[in-house]
Amino acid sequence: MRWAFEIMRRDLRLALRQGVDSLMAVVFFVLAVVLFPLGVGPEANILARIAAGVIWVAALLASMLSLERLFQTDYDDGSLELLALSPVALELVVLAKVVAHWLTTGVPLIVAAPVLAVLLDMDAQGFVVLIVALALGTPTMSLIGSVGAALILGARRGGVLLSLLVLPLFIPVLIFGVAAVDAAIGGFAARPHLMILSGLLIGAVALCPWASAASLRQSLE
Amino acid sequence: MLHRFANPTRFLRLSAALLPWTAGLTLVLLIAGLYLALFGSPADYQQGETVRIMYVHVPAAWMALFCYSCMAGASAVGLIWKHPLADMAAKATAPIGACFTFLALVTGSLWGKPMWGAWWVWDARLTSVLILFFLYLGYMALHNAFDDPTRGARSAAVLALVGFVNVPIIKFSVDWWNTLHQPSSVVKMGGPAIHPSMLTPLLLMGLAYTTYYVWVLLLRLRGEIVAGKVRAIRLRQAHG
Repeated sequence: MRWAFEIMRRDLRLALRQGVDSLMAVVFFVLAVVLFPLGVGPEANILARIAAGVIWVAALLASMLSLERLFQTDYDDGSLELLALSPVALELVVLAKVVAHWLTTGVPLIVAAPVLAVLLDMDAQGFVVLIVALALGTPTMSLIGSVGAALILGARRGGVLLSLLVLPLFIPVLIFGVAAVDAAIGGFAARPHLMILSGLLIGAVALCPWASAASLRQSLE
Repeated sequence: MLHRFANPTRFLRLSAALLPWTAGLTLVLLIAGLYLALFGSPADYQQGETVRIMYVHVPAAWMALFCYSCMAGASAVGLIWKHPLADMAAKATAPIGACFTFLALVTGSLWGKPMWGAWWVWDARLTSVLILFFLYLGYMALHNAFDDPTRGARSAAVLALVGFVNVPIIKFSVDWWNTLHQPSSVVKMGGPAIHPSMLTPLLLMGLAYTTYYVWVLLLRLRGEIVAGKVRAIRLRQAHG
């Protein structure tokens, strides 16, 4: 357990030292959302209607953008092999790296989301639910994405391939995430949707590290 | 048992014997099924003649799920026992399954226009089948993305197993969500809710699709094995 904690700290330190790189996801997130009022038109009622969906889709794409680097840098410089040889279970390594990835890319998204919701004129009733739903959804996406990131190691055109592999698997998170916010805005109970999101997160925590570790092992063979 | 039939040489001999039978069976079933579906079965009292789309659409959707299950099963066998023939079977199944999924989506769209008044609706069944189609595409893309074919096969196998979560979701989507797409009327508690005059051609078409799948799968597997041999011979020539 202590080892996993160390790996997490190492990844966090790397992300901090590289600085701008981990902020790219948030910048992309903000830019993608800002494009919508320009494309759809600035009418407040239309923007308020699509706000939840736009924010979620942009968050989905932003968290996918940064996934490619989850294992790639370690794979390129060989530290992934050392991690695999270390006494820690590879599943735990994956989990530690995913937590670090979420802290550096998922949490900034959650922080930026309410500001964007204000920009899009979203109903204030949905704010808390949006944050809770994103807090449940972004770690799920990091976990599912880790499988894709492990699968594409050493592949040609990995980045494009990653989106093809991972986006279909993100769809349940998107559906229930948007449904929760829409329910809260419409005055319905958001709780069931949030429960399903929690269920997805728990399932992903239980299963994704194994799948990622299995494909990491193959990439190191 | 598994290893007995998985030997490539024995498989080549066995499949050579099976090929004409599966081909013949496919043609007979397809002709019988199509005749019954297009001429021998009554038009629906509500849907009229458009109900005949069902005989193409429903078996295609069955096969889309069946092929994915076969692919995931073969992938699991390939991962666990590292058997090359299982990897090949999974790889050969993917394009067939993708075609069936595409066929189900297109015929569903053609059927949806007169029935629901829209080419496409975003209900749970349609959306999840669309995801299945993308999973097939992702599988094939990942398989071809590596210079080392065994690495591609392994990675794609993991993806196939991860994507398998979608199969029960598609199967039960019409029961879990209250959607426009009608719930299952053939496989359900208390027997099928469909008249035998329509059930017979439907099942015949389903069988025809299945034998077609086996036929094409055998063909592709044989091609794959021969291609492997050609590659080996070329390599030997290149090395002198």
